[in-house]
This record gives sequence, structure tokens and C-alpha cells, in this order.
Amino acid sequence: MRITRYAATLAALGLALAGCSSNAGNQAQDTSAQSTSAVETNVSFAPGTTMAKLHDAGTITVGTKIDQPGFGLLNPRTKVPEGFDVEIAKIVAGKLGIAPESIKWTETVSANRESFIQNGQVDYVVATYTINDARKQLVDFAGPYYEAGQDIMVANGNPLKIESPDDLAGKNVCSVEGSTPAQNIRDHYPQAKLTLFDVYSKCADALDNGQVDAVTTDNVILTGLVAGSPDKRELVGKPFTQEPYGIGLKKGDTEFRNFINDVLEESFTDGSWAAAWDRTAGKITGQKAPEPPQVNRY
Amino acid sequence: MQFLIDNFALFRDAFLTTLSLSLLAGVLALVLGTLLAALRVSPVAPLRGLATFYVETFRNTPLTVVFFFMIFGLPQIDFVIGFFPGAVLSVGLYTAAFVAEAVRSGINAVSAGQAEASRAIGLTFGQTLREVVLPQAFRTVVPPLGNVWIAMIKNTSIAAGFSVSELSSLLPRLVNANAGDLLTVLLGVVVGYMLITLPSAYVVHRLERRVAILR
Amino acid sequence: MTTPVLFDLPGPKARARARIGTAVGALIVLGIIAFVLVRLAGNGQLEGQRWAVLFDTRGGVPQALGEALVATLKVALVGMVLATVLGLLLAVGRLSGRRWVGIPVATFIEFFRAIPLLVVIFALYFVLPGFGVELSAFAALTGGLVLYNSAVLAEIFRAGILSVDRGQREAALALGMRKSQVMMQVLLPQAIRRMLPVLIAQLVVLLKDSSLGFIIGYFELLRQARSLVEFFTPTFGNQYTFQIYVAAALMYIIVNVLLSQLAKYVERRTRRNAKTAATAEVELPADVQMGSGGGISTV
Repeated sequence: MRITRYAATLAALGLALAGCSSNAGNQAQDTSAQSTSAVETNVSFAPGTTMAKLHDAGTITVGTKIDQPGFGLLNPRTKVPEGFDVEIAKIVAGKLGIAPESIKWTETVSANRESFIQNGQVDYVVATYTINDARKQLVDFAGPYYEAGQDIMVANGNPLKIESPDDLAGKNVCSVEGSTPAQNIRDHYPQAKLTLFDVYSKCADALDNGQVDAVTTDNVILTGLVAGSPDKRELVGKPFTQEPYGIGLKKGDTEFRNFINDVLEESFTDGSWAAAWDRTAGKITGQKAPEPPQVNRY
Repeated sequence: MQFLIDNFALFRDAFLTTLSLSLLAGVLALVLGTLLAALRVSPVAPLRGLATFYVETFRNTPLTVVFFFMIFGLPQIDFVIGFFPGAVLSVGLYTAAFVAEAVRSGINAVSAGQAEASRAIGLTFGQTLREVVLPQAFRTVVPPLGNVWIAMIKNTSIAAGFSVSELSSLLPRLVNANAGDLLTVLLGVVVGYMLITLPSAYVVHRLERRVAILR
Repeated sequence: MTTPVLFDLPGPKARARARIGTAVGALIVLGIIAFVLVRLAGNGQLEGQRWAVLFDTRGGVPQALGEALVATLKVALVGMVLATVLGLLLAVGRLSGRRWVGIPVATFIEFFRAIPLLVVIFALYFVLPGFGVELSAFAALTGGLVLYNSAVLAEIFRAGILSVDRGQREAALALGMRKSQVMMQVLLPQAIRRMLPVLIAQLVVLLKDSSLGFIIGYFELLRQARSLVEFFTPTFGNQYTFQIYVAAALMYIIVNVLLSQLAKYVERRTRRNAKTAATAEVELPADVQMGSGGGISTV
């Protein structure tokens, strides 16, 4: 049959190629096992609290995103997400006496973060989750654990001289549909022409292809995209918003919120927060950890 | 309800985008699909092979993949196409394969005697197809073509992932800021599609009755 | 199959013209292929290293794509089996002649054909938990595929049952068989055998539609491809984007073409079988094969 012949040709080609090695494969071999955050072994919590329940269960379900460079990306080899959000979630779990291997990761997207928290499908969400008033109606936030700033990425050399969001007027600007940065542009810079995809890598490709003039979102994500193709892309480097990222949890669980806030503050001072940054976002961007934000116990 | 009223302009624009995308892609699919069907019954074997290759490839590929190659594959051979034209092309080229299959089944349904009679009076292949077979074939394939049209309308939603602000793109866009109104957004989107599909189904139904051939 | 009645067998002149045309056409096609390859090479897309990633097990790409293909097939197969069973029940219910069964069944069928599959999956995964029903991504995706496809299959089965010669039904009733016996012992066995190729062809539709699982984070082939691209972006830019999507597309096409070939083979065997010979050929309507996209279908 013809198909068998095609398949055979393809397989032969595959074998030939399997002989060579790919950069991705070489890199995967180099990376040593990532160090993980400390796990408290000797902890106890007041009975009845969420902390006690989770500690006794010995396992926890965390919602995160898996398509945010620097914050949460799924590693195809380990099947576990990696990134700053993920490390923060591990720090919190560690203080509950739960090892990283016992964390069950669930992908939460913008459309289901609130409902997953409300329904108890996840215990908490660390997913580039901007704290705002509309969301506070539905869920509670611990943190912030990070202050993001929206920035702009342009083609290398910045041919259109885009220095600030005001320069975006009349330009094709790419972001992700349903993201806060995209809404920012709509609300405050309506003259920019938005191009919206479902993931940032498509925006980066569109920039390389000349299909868009600029990409805008959180500066860490953009730095990650620049790091992948430094010869084609560059960062404007002037963040123009402040987006506090918080940990979302069930509304009304004040004890749990206070506990997470304590954990975050501790991690700010004992260096584990900065270490988490260096392992993830810092590794991509090559930048040192910023000043930790001020926890907001509203 | 208040939420829908507040965002009426968004829903209206998205609806118009879906409608124009559907109409343009529909015309493209109809023209190209008919041409492909004609090729598939033509006397020249390589042309038949070419049309078969086209139909089989597009039928067996998810539309999302077609979109991907249109928007991000073409620039790799230094062609850049706009997002809306790219969406029209993707949906149109994909649907053409199904139109071709529908029209071909219509051609097969025209009785062989008619084609033989046409040849007997000296009509060429092109004339036989144009003057005798296709007019009848189209009348028998009104219902399947109508169904292809309606299926195509729902398929335009894939364009949401490729920067076309059509109806389904409202789901992620509105839900991010208004997670509490998830059901309302869903409802608005569904109604938007129904505004196109229900009248379409009605027109197809009427047309079917008017042109049906009694055998 | 072509329709040879449409044209006379070409004579020597026409054959010569066709040969010249074919040669020119082949040159043009080869020219286009060469052009595409040159341009791809110019953009560095043909570097061996970039394609090797698809076979380099150290990077995890082949494993990830392989597992995703399995996940895709799993959803499609489980969905297919359940949709077939439910579709049969619905078809029998619609033909039962009892109004209290027929009307709800007809409503069910029309409803799920009228609702966009994407919206059904979305609702199963995101809205149901609000009512205390939690579904995994696999269950929600399978559920959506089953609800939509059982409605489609019910209509196909109904056509199949109706295509069995009326005389058989009348003869069976005249023999004193009950309505249910006629359905179970006379009509269904023939209808199912006749519908087998159509059922296999429907699997292609399910396979393609399983890519809608992206919306709820089910790791089918397309979603996995996208996720791999995202993972490589911060380190390697778009070095592997084109290659990974080409691989995913080829996997879909190969599996689907194989399934279509299987359907054709089964169809030929069925037709040779005396029991089903001399019956009208039942084809899957073209619109059904298009897949269910995200929008809506009212038929």
C-alpha cells in the first residue's frame, strides 16, 4: 500500500535525523535537577483550620498557568510545571509540611480561576493572578508576592521608535485575549490596534514575521521572549503599570489567608523568595531578584 | 441582562465579524469546491488525482492546523497575510473540500442516461457538466450544502485563536474581567450564532422545497 | 470512483494534449515545491538540528507527542463507543412510535446538534462544578463529544434502520413478532452492519474534534504541541515552532487517512457480503465530517 511506503520513508528520515542531536536535547541533558524549597517536618496547626486539614491530608491541589514564560510552563519531560508561580506555591506547601512531589498541579486559566476556588477544586491559585476589586468580590487574595509591570517588546533596533504606550497609537500591538494587559491597552490606549492570540509565543512569532509592530504584557514574560531570540527582539524596558500578583483562595478563609501572608513575609526576609526568583524568572531574564512587594492584609 | 446591554457594541461587532467571515469564506468554498468536484470527474487523470489529494488532505486535518500554517507557516516562505484574509482563506479552503464532496455526490446522483444523451448530441465534457449535470446536481445537493454552510459558520470560531475578534473571542475577553457573568457571556455568544444559523436553516429548507426534483 | 459516463474515452489527440498538460503541470508543481523548499531553507527552517528535536528523546518531544496522540485516540475511542451506544438508543427511541419517548428524544437530538460543541465542553467543565458535579478534563471532553456525536449518530442510525426494506419489517410483524423483537432481531443487525463504514469515518470527526479539548486543558495532540512550543520559547525562541506543528499535522493526517482507508476497506467487504448487498449506499453527510468547531449547528 502507498501509505505504508510513505510511513516507511518517514520512519527512515526519522532514524536519519535521530542520529543528529538537537539543541533542545543537549540542553535538557545539561540541566541538573532543580533544587526545591524546604519542607517543614515538624508543624502543627489548630484543629479545624484549612492548614490542619491540608497538613493531615499530606497532599494539596494547586492551580497555576502553564503557558506563562518565567511564571509557569509545563516541562514536557517531567510533566510538572516550572516557574516563579510554581516555586511560590511550593514554598507555601512546604510550610504546610507538604513536599513538592505531593502537590497536585491543575491548570487554571483566566476563565476558571474563580470557579475552581469557589468549588474547592483547587486549594489555592498561583497563576499570574492580578489582585483587583472585581475579583475580591468572588475570592480572597493573599500577597501580593510580586509586582508586575506591563512593558512593550519591539523588533530588534526598535525601527518604529516605540518608547512608551502613547507611541502605540495606530500601531499593531499584540497580546493575549482575555489578559489584563490587553484590557489595559483597550481602556487607556484605544488608538492602538490590538492583535490578540491565545498564547504569547504566537505574538512573538507575529513580531518576527512583521505581522505586528509590538507585543505588550508583563515585563518578565517579555524578557523571557526576548531571551529566546535576542537577535530579533528587544524590550523597551519602561514598565507603565503596576500589577500586584496574589494567591487566590476561598473567600472568607481568613486564617488560611493570614497563614499564607505570614509565609510570604517570611520568605521575603529569609531569602527563599529571592532564591525562587533566581531559579526561575531570574534564570531566564538574567536579572537579579527585585525588591519583594509589601503584603497587603486588606 | 444589564451586562449584555453594557457590552452590546462588543457583541454587535463580533457578530458582524462572524457574519462577514462566514459570507466571504462561504463564497470562496462554493466556487473552489465546485471547481474541485468538476476536476474529480474530469477526463484527465492527473487533474482527478490533484483534486483527490486536495480533498483528502483538507478533510483529514483539523481546521486549527490549517489556520496555523496560514498565519505562521506562510511567513516561513516569506509570504505574510493579514489575519482576517488569512481566516477567510483558511475556512474557505477547508470548507471547499467538503463542498467538493457534496457536489460530487450530486453529480453522481444525476442519472447516467442524461450524460450519455448529452454526449450523443455532441456536447463536450465541459458543456455536459455546465449545461446538463451541474444545474441538476446543485438542486439535489441543496440540503447537504446548506448543512455544510451551517457547519462552516460554527467552524469560524476557530479564528478566535488567530486574532479575529469574532463571537467566540468574547468568551475569554469578557470572562477575564467578569468571571461571575460566565453564563451570561455564554448565552450571548450562543444567541449570536443562532441569529445566523436559524435563518440560514429556514432559507435552506425553503430553497430545498422549491428546487427539489421529484424522481 | 469517477463517473466515466461524463466523457468519451479520449482519442490520440486528446491523450497527447493531456500528456503535455500533465508534464507542464508537473513542472509547475515541482517548481512550487522547489520554491517553498528554497524559501524554507533561506529562513533556516530546514536545519537538521531543528528537525532532530522531533526524534531526540532527551528533549522529551517525541515522548510528549506520542503520549498526546495516545490521549487523543483514547478520547476519540471512548467517546466513539459511548456515542454509538447512546446514538443507537436514541435512534430506536425516535422510531419507537411512542410519543412520550419520541418527543423528548427528538428534543435531545435537536438540542445537542444546535449547541456548539465548544460551548457544551465549556459548560460541562466550568459550569457544572457550580452545581456540585466535578468532571475531569477527560470526562468533560468525552462527555461533550458523546452528547454531540450521539445526536449525529442517532440520525445516521435512523437513516440506516429506515433503509432496511420495508417488506422485512412487515413480514416480521406478520409472523407475529413484537415491535421490539422486529427492531432487535431484524432491523438493527442489518442497519449496524450497513453503518459500520460510516461509524469508522465518524471516528475521524471525533479525532479532529478532540482538539477542542484545548479549552479545558486536556493534553491532546494540538494542545501538547502548543505547550511544547511555549516551553521552548524562552530558551530557544521559535526554533522549533514550525517543526512541532508540522509533526502534529502529519500525525493527524496519517491517523485519519489510515482510518478512512479502513472505512473504505470495511465498506468494500460489506458490499461483497450477500446479506447487505443490493441496498442503497449510505454515506456520511459531508457536513457531519466537517467536525463541530466551536459554533452551532441547527439542521
